[in-house]
Amino acid sequence: MDLDIATLLMVDGITTGAVYVLLAIGMVLIFTVTRVIFVPFGDIAVYAALTLSALEAKHAPGTAALVAAVAAVATLMEVTSLLRHGKARAVPRALAFYLALPLAVSGTVWAASGTDWPMPVRIALAIVAVLPLAPLLDRIVFRPVADASVLLLMIIAVALHFALAGIGLLCFGAEGVRTQPLTEAALTFGDVLVSGQTALIVVAAASFSLLLFLFFNHTLTGKALHATAVNRLGARLVAIRPERAGTIAYLIGSLLAAISGVLIAPVTTIFYDSGFLLGLFAFVGAIIGGLTNYPGTALGALLVGLLGSYASFFSSSFKEVIVFAALVPVLLWRSIATTHSEEEIEE
Amino acid sequence: MPLLEIERLEVSYGRIRAVQGVSLTVEAGQIATVIGPNGAGKTSMLSAVMGLCPARGRVAYDGMDLRDMDVEERVERGLCLVPERRELFGEMSVADNLLLGSFPRRPARAVIDRGLEEVFARFPRLKERRTQRADTLSGGERQMLALGRALMSKPRLLMLDEPSLGLAPIVVREIFVIIAALREAGVSILLVEQNARAALQTADVGFVLETGELVSQGPAAALLDDPRLIATYLGGAEPLPIPVRSKSSTHSIVDMS
Ligand SMILES: Nc1ncnc2c1ncn2[C@@H]1O[C@H](COP(=O)(O)OP(=O)(O)OP(=O)(O)O)[C@@H](O)[C@H]1O
Ligand SMILES: [Mg+2]
Repeated sequence: MDLDIATLLMVDGITTGAVYVLLAIGMVLIFTVTRVIFVPFGDIAVYAALTLSALEAKHAPGTAALVAAVAAVATLMEVTSLLRHGKARAVPRALAFYLALPLAVSGTVWAASGTDWPMPVRIALAIVAVLPLAPLLDRIVFRPVADASVLLLMIIAVALHFALAGIGLLCFGAEGVRTQPLTEAALTFGDVLVSGQTALIVVAAASFSLLLFLFFNHTLTGKALHATAVNRLGARLVAIRPERAGTIAYLIGSLLAAISGVLIAPVTTIFYDSGFLLGLFAFVGAIIGGLTNYPGTALGALLVGLLGSYASFFSSSFKEVIVFAALVPVLLWRSIATTHSEEEIEE
Repeated sequence: MPLLEIERLEVSYGRIRAVQGVSLTVEAGQIATVIGPNGAGKTSMLSAVMGLCPARGRVAYDGMDLRDMDVEERVERGLCLVPERRELFGEMSVADNLLLGSFPRRPARAVIDRGLEEVFARFPRLKERRTQRADTLSGGERQMLALGRALMSKPRLLMLDEPSLGLAPIVVREIFVIIAALREAGVSILLVEQNARAALQTADVGFVLETGELVSQGPAAALLDDPRLIATYLGGAEPLPIPVRSKSSTHSIVDMS
């Protein structure tokens, strides 16, 4: 491999890595607030890409119907549980959040689908269309078992991924899609040519990471989310509702996932089941960062992107094997590092 | 109308009956104290009032039955608990912990800043440590932070679970001075304490809890003179005999734990 190819692979690796960064940061956010390792973020990204492609073809995206159906189930569960606990006065609010809001979203997307909108509008629609899914699925799937172990929650998350991939096949079909390029521009750094699309991905990942950092450090809501992650009981004692914090976390995570989906759709062919590897690679990045540390996670996700890029040059069929094999020493090192600091964490 | 009314409260953990039919009331503007030995059910009682554990019986706050109200709503209505374990946000700064204390009311920035100034005036130590992480504070500072965070929500009824736990005598005095000052500021207080003498000296009314049942109650001053209480909780008329290190031996016979 000569230097040119090495540079090319590096650019490629950083680009994929940047996509993983967005997904992995969302995963860490969800994990710290709700203890769920939300593998299906890959599917959320894929749904956003497939929705965008449907909008480009002026089809009604399957997401609209899916969101409506999921909202109906979530509303039914929420209202039943409220009535069972004698909280009838909270029902109107639940109807607004679990039914009216998602229906408004899916209705808008459905109504907008036949028209030829400019690209930014299409992208915004595709992102908004998938936002309600994760919070609603949280209500349906995870909240009834909120006190379960991390392992059980993760098994449920993996099962949820397979369900979502199946539903994706139903809603969008088996065909792979590639959306229109976001930009045709190209930049040159020295003698390295970088496509505008690549630059956009990297800039988006960096700026959303920065936004998230500002959100956590400078807003009361951000601090409340962080507080829920640090001490759930303490948070409840200052009237921070962990379920609501979870919903906000799922919304932010979905936003990041949807953005990453829209960003990669023009450069990679996306299938209904592409979400699994996306989610898994992001997960590996998050693990390298220790699952609780944002800068570490960002670095880990970049590393996974680079590793995958070089690995696919040497042997594309062994790309996944190489990435996951690299995880072993990291996990070993992590487990050694954590057994040493366990006593300090224990209060 | 009493601010807090507990009627026939029962808390059980499986077969363990931690609280067995306790009834008590706290009037607005009062400090009420609950004393009792370890395992008497004091913490369980506070948890039940806060809605943190399932319980039977009736709890009314400000005339409202609390049964269908979740913890967060109780806090929003001015019922505030400083728990035995403090439950601070360890990896966040002192200032952020205090800021989050104001979350139940979500007030404007100016109101938050005024609240912060008030807390810093009461606890100058916290002002010095405002950027320090909460989990690096000393025990006394943590206690101050827990109290400060509670005050940021401007509670009407403040429930304190052993605020003097593990503190040096001089800090204990400070804490009780602050508790008395809070009553002057219009906060009603339900105080659970092992430090029975100091608690009864500060409080208006007292309740004695033993193995889940109230065995005695009355004006705090009267309880301080009760011979049975003097014998069991107030350390008798004389200080407890403390084993002394013998001069000749090199190791201490005083149990340092
Ligand atoms: N989660 C629990 N599961 C089982 N038993 C419990 C639980 N919490 C408390 N208990 C038991 O209930 C009884 C009352 O406990 P509680 O913590 O209310 O006592 P306390 O009066 O606060 O004691 P202390 O002064 O030591 O804090 C104890 O016997 C305790 O072992
Ligand atoms: Mg206790």
